[in-house]
Amino acid sequence: MNDLIKKLVEAYGPSGFEDQMRALIRPEIEKYADEISVDALGNLIAHKKGDGSGLKVMVAAHMDEIGVMITHITEEGFCRFTNIGGVYSHTLLGGRVQFADGRIGVIHSDRITDRSKIYGLDKHFIDVGANGRDDCPVQVGDAAGFHREFVVNGKMLSAKSMDDRIGCVVAIEAMKRLKQTPHDVYFVFSVQEEIGTRGAEAAANHLDPDVGIALDVTTTGDVPEAIPMAVSLGKGTAIKVKDAGMIAHHGLVQLMKKRASEASIPYQLEVLTGGSTDARSIQIANGGAAAGCISIPCRYVHSQSETVHADDVENSIKLLVELLAKPMEL
Amino acid sequence: MNELLKNLTEAVGVSGEEKEIRRIIRDLIADHVDEWHVDTMGSLIALKKGTGASPLRVMVDAHMDEVGLMVTGFDSNGTLKFDTVGGFDDRTLLGKVVQVGSEKVTGVIGGRPVHLSTPAQRNSVVKVDAMRIDIGAKNEDAAKGKVKLGDRAAFVTAYEELGATAVAKAFDNRAGCAALVELLRARPYPFDLYAAFTVQEEVGLRGAQAAAYGIDPDAALVLECTPAYDLPNKNDVSPNVALGKGPSIYVMDSITVQDPRLVRHILQTAVTHNIPYQIRQPGGGGTNTGAIQRTRRPIPAATIAVPGRYAHTPTMMINLDDYAHVVKLAQLTLQGLTTEIVKRN
Amino acid sequence: MDIHKLLKTLTETPGPSGYEDQIAAVIEELWQPCVDTITRDRVGSLIATKRATKNGRTPPRRILLAAHMDEIALMVRDVEEHNGNGFLRVTSIGGVDTRQVFGQLVVVHGRKNLTGVVGCLPARLLPEEKQDKPFDFEDLLVDVGLPIETVNNQISIGDFISFRQPLLKLMNKRVAGKSLDNRASVAAVTVCLEQLRQRQHAWEVIAVATAQEETRLLGAYTTAFALQPDAAIAIDVTFGKGPGANEHVTHELGGGPALDLGPNVHTGMFNALKATAEELELNINIETHQRASGTDAHGLQIARAGIPTAIVAIPLRYMHTMVESVALKDIERAGRLLAEFIVGLDEEFLGKLAKGMMEEESKQ
Repeated sequence: MNDLIKKLVEAYGPSGFEDQMRALIRPEIEKYADEISVDALGNLIAHKKGDGSGLKVMVAAHMDEIGVMITHITEEGFCRFTNIGGVYSHTLLGGRVQFADGRIGVIHSDRITDRSKIYGLDKHFIDVGANGRDDCPVQVGDAAGFHREFVVNGKMLSAKSMDDRIGCVVAIEAMKRLKQTPHDVYFVFSVQEEIGTRGAEAAANHLDPDVGIALDVTTTGDVPEAIPMAVSLGKGTAIKVKDAGMIAHHGLVQLMKKRASEASIPYQLEVLTGGSTDARSIQIANGGAAAGCISIPCRYVHSQSETVHADDVENSIKLLVELLAKPMEL
Repeated sequence: MNELLKNLTEAVGVSGEEKEIRRIIRDLIADHVDEWHVDTMGSLIALKKGTGASPLRVMVDAHMDEVGLMVTGFDSNGTLKFDTVGGFDDRTLLGKVVQVGSEKVTGVIGGRPVHLSTPAQRNSVVKVDAMRIDIGAKNEDAAKGKVKLGDRAAFVTAYEELGATAVAKAFDNRAGCAALVELLRARPYPFDLYAAFTVQEEVGLRGAQAAAYGIDPDAALVLECTPAYDLPNKNDVSPNVALGKGPSIYVMDSITVQDPRLVRHILQTAVTHNIPYQIRQPGGGGTNTGAIQRTRRPIPAATIAVPGRYAHTPTMMINLDDYAHVVKLAQLTLQGLTTEIVKRN
Repeated sequence: MDIHKLLKTLTETPGPSGYEDQIAAVIEELWQPCVDTITRDRVGSLIATKRATKNGRTPPRRILLAAHMDEIALMVRDVEEHNGNGFLRVTSIGGVDTRQVFGQLVVVHGRKNLTGVVGCLPARLLPEEKQDKPFDFEDLLVDVGLPIETVNNQISIGDFISFRQPLLKLMNKRVAGKSLDNRASVAAVTVCLEQLRQRQHAWEVIAVATAQEETRLLGAYTTAFALQPDAAIAIDVTFGKGPGANEHVTHELGGGPALDLGPNVHTGMFNALKATAEELELNINIETHQRASGTDAHGLQIARAGIPTAIVAIPLRYMHTMVESVALKDIERAGRLLAEFIVGLDEEFLGKLAKGMMEEESKQ
């Protein structure tokens, strides 16, 4: 599975520019879907048919990643930029970005006069090796994702965009393993999550599911001076009860707990005080859906070294398969 | 359900206005004492005659007053200005229910709604002078028809047991009062025992000082409820005392050193009878011992206390085993108290 | 109808956002005798339909009354052992004012309901920079007074915690308690449905007790989309004149319900409700909002191609505390206003609203 993870996490795909991701994922799932479509916003939707006895279930994992967009090129050929999604300047210095054409740029900042201070994005620039504005191969409006190699430290897996390529991996693996389901399942590899869960909103609007399940990362409380949170790496998949954007459907949470217990899948209950997922959009779309989220615990979210645990990934896949393979009484 | 704790904690008696709680305690003890009277300060003093075996006069004190509020003014829209009686953290008051005056008019403590507060206001402690008691009166005259300037207000909490613990208002010090009532219901002691249910502890240990002078005992035992801070804490500090670890014995507080001979006797009694106990963290706080000890000759005194979490809030919590152990320890301490222990050569 | 008794039942039943089963069951029982059908939808809103009782258009026009039934609450985010005891770390559901939760009684909805108190270390034991601040959820905890084994057995992360405060009678037929935001409005809708039983109305009435308003106006968005009413009214509470609120635009308790005017409200609906109140010689206030109203109207109005929406609000003091207070009279008036407004709805109503819009347009 690490090969698949490496392929997805190292790929380019900031919000709104997910074409390369779509091209990577499509061949992985083609064999396991009854029907594949791409909607107008770019969501990749794989339909796995049920036997007619179940519900319409939308499973969403977002393909996009946080990134930057070039806003200005200086006379000398340095690129000023703005954020795509939650990019914070204290994670940037010395980092690298990749553009759609594979070009790499390095990030630095204007002269630092006070080292105790964190400067805004506007004080940072990207150097793509240009000699001047006219020579610069990058244009205003070009988007870039971060560039960072996938690292395996035993069971700890680190990469730039575990959020949410690891969710995509969970979805792909679950599709492979899900032999039969009573439900009409739509696996949505969604776009534009990082800028406001917009892809999932559009998909939920036209799919109109009864149940929505997002697959996404959640932060953990197991690192020094973390925001207090009862989720740790390696202790199991996380069943979301609440985050800053929504309260998960109580019946769905109970069902997830039940399915996990039945199959002896280690799980943790997640009460997240900041951030939200695609489930938030699915819950309120149209007449509403029972929404929940299977979260993969992840340290250092929105840094270039987002870290997950292989066991948690495996347990998340197992829980999703258990959930989809059996009837849902909500 | 411990009816005694229920009745005593649900009764009202804010410092300086202890009539209701006094009446209730009087009715509870009248049949178990030989005589009783109310002193000038308002403390209830009862004598339980001894067997005659010992010539000592022993005072047992439990303050019956509680912290509360006092009405200090009226707004034109019918809400009441108030100030605190006794020590309060301002953070305790907002959004609480109170009973005002002898008619127990229901009131609620309100302030600026969170929606109408600026971020700075939301991140500041609301001070007492920015809060009001709202009894629902339409205007000043209507409020004045129900409530008088100077009326006391107390919290409203129904006593409730949660397994081994119990929640109520005013465990400080109705837990001590209840223990003293139980001591009076027991068989006579070797000496004459003077029970003092004292007033105005929360505003400066005043009732006990006058009561001790009036009783003029050879020794005094104070029954209290002391704050327990046994909550998760990142810092490695003492919890003062902890719930469930037994009666807390005072050695020293911010006012006084408890009489070492009495403290030794209490500790020995606990050990002999296998009663769990804990030493309250020496330092802050204070009990009526501080006042009793400086009266007359002076009078040796010590304190046994029930640990209680969330002191001076509407929702204090004690452990019922601790309470039972305080009663037992106090009783055995008194039964074993001899002239030798308090004799000074 | 004994509004006090009604409110007592409504406010003392727990209903944290996302955990509305109990309050929904209570409301279902109250509304059942007055309506024809009653169901719950996927997100938990309770939807009751009362068919038209006067001949008119087929199918009849439909008006949706939305009063949210959920309340602000807490949720367990961690269980901590200390000294053999179990303590709960919590987070808020909806806009809980952290300044007033210390010392409150709560019910933890674990395997069974457990009483707890909201406690905190004394300020002087907190880090220095926190000693002059309100207690926050990093330091506040819920104490159920039980050993860790029992706590672990009974309570898990993600369990809902509701506040506990019996309804209190104040002077002047006012009451105080928890969750009068928005059970006061549920009571007003109940009054309305009760009154409509004796009356003929040409429009179908859909009464909805919406779910998860306090967190994201969820039920308003979803029910309005699913049910596609022709008009909608959100019934909610608004700020009562009183301590700390006098310098804002607030309304006297007992001075009548407030009709809201602003971007979330269709002016024609507002005018029609106002006219009904005037005919009834019923006291009302006029309330305004400048951006989002903070009520279900925000969601109702924008469903599908848009729905003419109004807001009827009941003045309330100390919003989002355990001592919210209202005047019973205002609830009765709000219920009566809604009922009379519905009775007056006819086939021409929507046309008049549209015409009103057109005329406003052509005037400019």
